[in-house]
Amino acid sequence: MELKGKVHKFGDNISTDDIIAGKYKNRILSPDELATHIMENIDPKFYSKIKKGDFIVAGKNFGLGSSRETAPLVILKSGIPCVIAKSFARIFYRNSINIGLLLLISPNTDYIKNGDEIEIDIERSMIKDITQNKDIAFDPVPKFMFKVIMEGGLVHHFKTHGGFFFGNEEEV
Amino acid sequence: MGKTISEKILSNKSGTDAKAGQIVLAKIDRAMSHDGNRPIPLDIWKDLGGKKIFDPKNYILIIDHSAPSPVESISNVHKKMRQYAKQLNLKLFDVGEGVCHQIMVEKGLALPGELIIGSDSHTCTYGALNLFATGMGSTDIAMAIAEGKQWFRVPETIRIILNGELPKGVFSKDLILYLVGKLGADGANYMALEFSGEGLKSIDMEERFTITNMAVEMGAKVGIMEPDEIMIKWVKERTKKIFELIYPDPDAKYLETVIVDLSKLSPYISSPHQVENALPIEEVLGTHIDQGFIGSCTNGRLADLRIAAKILSENNVYPNFRLIIIPASKEILLNAEKEGLIKTFLNAGALISVPGCGPCAGNHMGIPADGERVISTSNRNFKGRMGNRNAEVFLASPATVAATAIKGKITDPREFLKD
Repeated sequence: MELKGKVHKFGDNISTDDIIAGKYKNRILSPDELATHIMENIDPKFYSKIKKGDFIVAGKNFGLGSSRETAPLVILKSGIPCVIAKSFARIFYRNSINIGLLLLISPNTDYIKNGDEIEIDIERSMIKDITQNKDIAFDPVPKFMFKVIMEGGLVHHFKTHGGFFFGNEEEV
Repeated sequence: MGKTISEKILSNKSGTDAKAGQIVLAKIDRAMSHDGNRPIPLDIWKDLGGKKIFDPKNYILIIDHSAPSPVESISNVHKKMRQYAKQLNLKLFDVGEGVCHQIMVEKGLALPGELIIGSDSHTCTYGALNLFATGMGSTDIAMAIAEGKQWFRVPETIRIILNGELPKGVFSKDLILYLVGKLGADGANYMALEFSGEGLKSIDMEERFTITNMAVEMGAKVGIMEPDEIMIKWVKERTKKIFELIYPDPDAKYLETVIVDLSKLSPYISSPHQVENALPIEEVLGTHIDQGFIGSCTNGRLADLRIAAKILSENNVYPNFRLIIIPASKEILLNAEKEGLIKTFLNAGALISVPGCGPCAGNHMGIPADGERVISTSNRNFKGRMGNRNAEVFLASPATVAATAIKGKITDPREFLKD
């Protein structure tokens, strides 16, 4: 899977209420329809700016707040396969793995600018900022976690393998 | 090396010698879900080929987020929850029973020493009863209700020692807003907060839930309190089951210890649009406010309604100000009615609604207009939280909200609590 696209930049403490407002997540049952309201509290036109394969790059504590699993889901459904941030809130982190959204942690997201074209190299744990011709490292992603994400999340993984494996990389 | 309360509970439940930083597979005692999750965990469970629930009497369903339902799509989710409950023999608390977290602690469904997960971030509320309770998403709950197990990273612990007594007009809500401001929105990310100290004795059980409820606003996985007589009495009034009290070891390892002198605190307000924007009330006094909300899993309990009623008893709500009061459960509503609090509220010009989450998350009622400001006793003030991105939300104690409702502007409740 090629991870290459344009950056949409956000700041610190982006809450799950920001990602998908409560007023929508309760009444709109279709994830694809829900995705059209992504980040509306911050930028009502955000959905129309996304091209498939784009990235969200943010500051610290991305995804704080409500446990709504629809938050990582609308990001994925809007065409964004990966979020890069300085840190993620706990529940959002678990939910993202579970539904198949790739999260990368890098302390250096300040260097990446809105609109930059970037490419992710998972093997080398490196973000290549093509616009700035700069390499930015991220924390290595555990192999089993990457596998679960690439398989489309925990439910798909569970169905594919007929069970729930538990962090044992030998079995992967 | 000694253990924290979290390490002890996760050791007990995983059958391992659990230490901070490790990942354990642990048996859960109970799980809870409400109507605010999409998809609901049971749909994921079914999609996975789920045949049985690990322990039907210990998977609790509660309809509180949009109750009564404002729209067909949500009505159909409620209907589906009722069908699942019937088919799988699950306990369901329907519209009007109250906010999920209040029901869990009030009905003896959260007991000391237990491990509980809920598909709601404020599941950490139950920790005031000396147990490990944390929020997860729908898929994690779906997995757990099938197997009765889930994986946990054993959290590091920040110890919060409370000394002294809260001054008149200052409440546990002011304490927790102060702490969120001090530690920050990610100050305890992935961690446990463990509360202890002499100061706890001056805070009753109802007010303690306000503290643990907001542990997640610092990113914490759990907020847990040391057990004491006040807590034991509260639990014994609600269950006949035998329970185990969990104390931390004297040589337990803490990441950090924060000591708070309660007597030095004053009323606090979280200003828009982050909970961590906590300020002493003096800095925002006089700010015009259009609507107030007293309720939610944070502050909809009897103690909260009593103090609000005391302040409103000889005063009226400011003209055109909407003061929405929602008891957190039917039990609280009945007691409030018995004590005459409901009459006081109605006579003062406040309005009462059905026990449940109310306007907290912008789901179905009390949505502010463009440019309006709301003061709320709930736990989040993110932009658009109450349903309108062009409104502002301030967080405060029930006393501060009641005082503000009288003046129509942010008001120090101590003005009304002099005697």
